[in-house]
Amino acid sequence: MSELLQQLINGLALGAIYALIALGYTMVYGVLRFINFAHSDVFMIGAFAGYFLARVVPGGSIGAGIVILIGAMAVCALLGVVIEKLAYRPLRGRSTLTVLITAIGVSLLLQNVGQRIFGANPRSFPSIFPVHQFHFGGIVLSSTQILVFVVTLVLLFLLRYIVLHTRIGTAMRALSFNPTAASLVGINNDRVISFTFALGSALAAAGGILYASNYPSIDPLMGTLPGMKAFVAAVLGGIGNIAGAAVGGLVLGMVETTVVGFGGSTYRDAVAFAVLILILLLRPEGLLGKRTAEKV
Amino acid sequence: MPARAQLALLGALVAIVLASAFVGGSNPYFVDVAVSCGINVTLAVSLNLINGYTGQFSLGHAGFMAVGAYAAAVLTTTFGAALLPFVGGQTWLLFLLALVAGGLMSAVAGLIVGVPSLRLKGDYLAIVTLGFGEIIRVVLQNIDAIGGPRGMIGIPGYANLAWAYGIAAVCIYVVWAMVHSTYGRGFIAVADDEIAAEAMGINATRYKITAFLVGAFFAGVAGGVYAHFKQYIAPQGFGFDKSIEIVVMVILGGMGNTVGVIAAAILLTVLGEWLRQFGDYRMILYSLLIILLMILRPQGLFRLKPRAGKA
Repeated sequence: MSELLQQLINGLALGAIYALIALGYTMVYGVLRFINFAHSDVFMIGAFAGYFLARVVPGGSIGAGIVILIGAMAVCALLGVVIEKLAYRPLRGRSTLTVLITAIGVSLLLQNVGQRIFGANPRSFPSIFPVHQFHFGGIVLSSTQILVFVVTLVLLFLLRYIVLHTRIGTAMRALSFNPTAASLVGINNDRVISFTFALGSALAAAGGILYASNYPSIDPLMGTLPGMKAFVAAVLGGIGNIAGAAVGGLVLGMVETTVVGFGGSTYRDAVAFAVLILILLLRPEGLLGKRTAEKV
Repeated sequence: MPARAQLALLGALVAIVLASAFVGGSNPYFVDVAVSCGINVTLAVSLNLINGYTGQFSLGHAGFMAVGAYAAAVLTTTFGAALLPFVGGQTWLLFLLALVAGGLMSAVAGLIVGVPSLRLKGDYLAIVTLGFGEIIRVVLQNIDAIGGPRGMIGIPGYANLAWAYGIAAVCIYVVWAMVHSTYGRGFIAVADDEIAAEAMGINATRYKITAFLVGAFFAGVAGGVYAHFKQYIAPQGFGFDKSIEIVVMVILGGMGNTVGVIAAAILLTVLGEWLRQFGDYRMILYSLLIILLMILRPQGLFRLKPRAGKA
């Protein structure tokens, strides 16, 4: 029983991180209808930004940790805006395939520039938040896991507030509903898209720091697998649906830790894809998505 | 295929076979690059049938290549000694059989992947095929009998320049002849507008699966040639990167333009080698090139106008 609970906690912590990354995929898909492959590398840059900021800001206390977290989020928000402006904006209105390939190009670029600048060897990520372990009977709950839950919850509610109760959030929803109509009522589509990228990338940075706090080894290629799994989480919850991304992330994290717990650790990376294929075959609109009819 | 193009293909093939006979003493590096060009042409032309002519988006071509490479390599390496007497001791016949078997295995994999995933479109299909490609890689990594993550060594070096280009020529001919037949117009109809094609009585699913089968078959055969040229294969060599490389060739060549795709495959293979002199900057330049080309020439290097009416 305690082992099951332990797996549940580990799965939730992993799933919360997937959820944070998945939100970025889902929001960009919502406004631009394409899969931003470079998102997983923004996640990597977020972890590295945290690593370098931790050299300037002495870590170890909660306050310093928050400063580092916000700093890394700001760096990545800027990066997301720049990527969108340079690589994706010239392609506005082109076929999805063109944009998809460009996104893959940006992803390769970030990985390889990362390898050039940071070096290809893994680095150990410092503990920027205080580290403790709490024992409840047979269950171990680490402070980084609590941190993951708290940060994810705070960011989720913040995001929910932005999307539902602010002007820019309303504009985002309008844009994802119908871009032409949105611009007709005076929404500056380019600005909203930039904002969406900033928001998504900041969440990816938070995900990167939390991931690195849990698995403290970072390298320029670290984003690929968590990124792909987060994308699966976004599809699982129904792509374009913010609540869906969160649910999908949690479900995927728990499925993965369960499979590893039952001794299938060498197959852990195949699990996510098997889940993806199953969901696309059985319920392609995702757990919380709406089914749309095909129009001619 | 027009008679002139057939002649050109045949002429090129004869020239390559002749060259292959005299290539013995020359620089092995150049032979290596030339063979890689031939293999990449096969991969790109076969993917072009799926991504270009039929308008589907597969990102798992390296997975099919892996299936063919491993199947062919197991046949010649593990069972080679047992099988050789049945083919009269002729290694070329054994190799040919292994290639066909590898291609068939890969086609079966294509069927397994294609039937469920072709219900999806665009981005989703891309991600699912990517997922299948990764699953194939993970499964290969977990089979210890074929070396697991260490890969397979000691594969006999049956392939050479003539094999690589012979296979490429067959692939080009088959894809071209298929698409340009009366039957094959269906592929293009499906790419242009699936709903309209269905309304005209074309069985879109059937065409898509046919494209997947033929594409996977040739990817498998190309994998077999690759395995018997490099004499070493490992699951990491058939990852996502390799699939992307092939997709970029197809896009640069201009989707559904066989001549362009052949040129792009050769160009990118040679370019990849040429960029080696920049060492660490090689992949940075490569990725910048992809982004710039997509922004400046999304219709491919070798097509004058973008295809009209595509959303």
